[in-house]
Amino acid sequence: MNIALLTRLWEEVVVPRMHIPDGFLSMPVALIFWVITVALLLLAIRKTQQQLGERQIPLMGVMAAFIFAAQMINFPIAGGTSGHLLGGVLAAVMLGPWAGMLVMACVIIVQGLLFQDGGLLVMGANIFNMGLVTAALGSLYHGLAARQSKGVRLVVAGVLAWLSVVAGALFTALQLGFSGTSPFAIVVPAMLGVHMLIGIGEGLITMAALAFVMQVRPDLVAAEAVRTGGGRGWVIVGLVIALFVAVLSPIASADPDGLERVAIDMGFEEVAMTPPYELFPDYVIPFLGETPLSTILAGVIGALVVALVAFAVGRLLRQRAAAA
Amino acid sequence: MMLHNALDRYHDRPSSIHDLDPRVKVVVTLLGIFSVLLLPDGAWGAYFLVWCAVLAVALVARLGVGLVLRRSLVALPFALVAITLVFTLPGRTLFTLQLGAWEISASDAGLVRFSSVLVRSWLSVQMAILLVATTRIPDLLHALRHLHVPALLVTILAFMVRYLAVLLDEVTRLLRARQARSAASAQGKAGGSLLWRARVAGNMTGQLFLRSLERSDRIYNAMVARGFRGQYVTINPHRMRRRDWMALGLAFAALTMIQWLGRTLS
Repeated sequence: MNIALLTRLWEEVVVPRMHIPDGFLSMPVALIFWVITVALLLLAIRKTQQQLGERQIPLMGVMAAFIFAAQMINFPIAGGTSGHLLGGVLAAVMLGPWAGMLVMACVIIVQGLLFQDGGLLVMGANIFNMGLVTAALGSLYHGLAARQSKGVRLVVAGVLAWLSVVAGALFTALQLGFSGTSPFAIVVPAMLGVHMLIGIGEGLITMAALAFVMQVRPDLVAAEAVRTGGGRGWVIVGLVIALFVAVLSPIASADPDGLERVAIDMGFEEVAMTPPYELFPDYVIPFLGETPLSTILAGVIGALVVALVAFAVGRLLRQRAAAA
Repeated sequence: MMLHNALDRYHDRPSSIHDLDPRVKVVVTLLGIFSVLLLPDGAWGAYFLVWCAVLAVALVARLGVGLVLRRSLVALPFALVAITLVFTLPGRTLFTLQLGAWEISASDAGLVRFSSVLVRSWLSVQMAILLVATTRIPDLLHALRHLHVPALLVTILAFMVRYLAVLLDEVTRLLRARQARSAASAQGKAGGSLLWRARVAGNMTGQLFLRSLERSDRIYNAMVARGFRGQYVTINPHRMRRRDWMALGLAFAALTMIQWLGRTLS
């Protein structure tokens, strides 16, 4: 194996990611997200053991290694930035919600533990942002699109993949804000802006990879949908996350003062911070540093979510009609 | 074949640190990071003591100071997130920058907080590096199992780590093949449209997925043939010896002392 090439790839891929290192989250935030993550992972382990046999254990291990390796596949987008995969939605689409969550958690554990990519004490937050949220959104695919035409399935998977990156970034930004590591007024629009772009790469690769598998091994994708059958519960969980992103992004971008207040009231911040709006430094992505435009972009997410909801309702109604 | 990570070659250096029970090392590392995070902003003396402790462990483990320092820079890009603190925390103005139309001023309080976040993070990364550089991966996973991480998770991790090197080889070949096919003239613009490039990357991902899937089938069959029942078993008992307890006690005492100093001095 070519270590030099690997190292270079690793650095290219890792740097633009949202793996939080130790020290960047305050103790309460880090611990709260450990508790949430542990609870969800225990649930996922119980469900997986109920649903899957021992054949799935090596499968999940190799799939985790697959996601890790697939994160190195990149393609140039424009101006020196490149698109690549986070993989949460792809994992949930291929393996089902619970197994997808476990696989993503393992990817982030290995990255943190063996490569110091992401801290140990903040690993709960990292697993939550990049593994659990993304896989939960990916599970929406089974509820919404698994039985639709090929084109619809691909588009739904692509949109979910994009949304998963944005949602993960939003959670990361909120955690950093609540930790007092960066003011909400800067970190929320900056993270959302960068990842709305990065998410496009995620969406495109997810779609193309799914299309490839549909063409070469259609049995896999069809069988997965039936076996893991992401139920109605997952549609609700996914939509709640999507709505959370859609509602909070505009609020957070337009009124970070409110969040700042919440952080202080909850005692998260040791230091009171007054975000000086007129002082946006240059490196905040130019077209997103301006609050109105990021609000508009957030509105676009809102519109997409509304479309998804309408789609889901239509599907449920049709099912009812077919059952009657 | 185990994972070829950059630290693999440091596993074979016999030292009293390598020899410690992996559980002790995991617990001490976590406690260490926990304690660094609890230190107040600007406790420079305490930070320095922690750093001395980290270097001492690196020397006893015969890792060399350079390795730990070099590898500890991985978390640096994230500093960009926190640098905003310098310009947003209220305090005495240190200097003012002119960025285009904006004028931003740095405050002393902001600078202290920013550097504290950075130093704490840097110390934590070094502790994690010490853990991985002195502990073999199977031992690390075994320790996690002893520390009540669920068996299913540890088994998946074990499989993942075992096949990571194989799949990384696979992806390296895919990337090299793409690079070999994508020749461009010196002046010309290479690489088709954005969608086309995305599709190539997606096809590679799909290809890798199918290969991984087929590999996991072969692995499962081979393991069933060897008596696999859903869990790794080990004949290594991992028993705590006297020096393991002593190391644990020593580390705990040192961390408590540094914590106390950090709070009284600053």
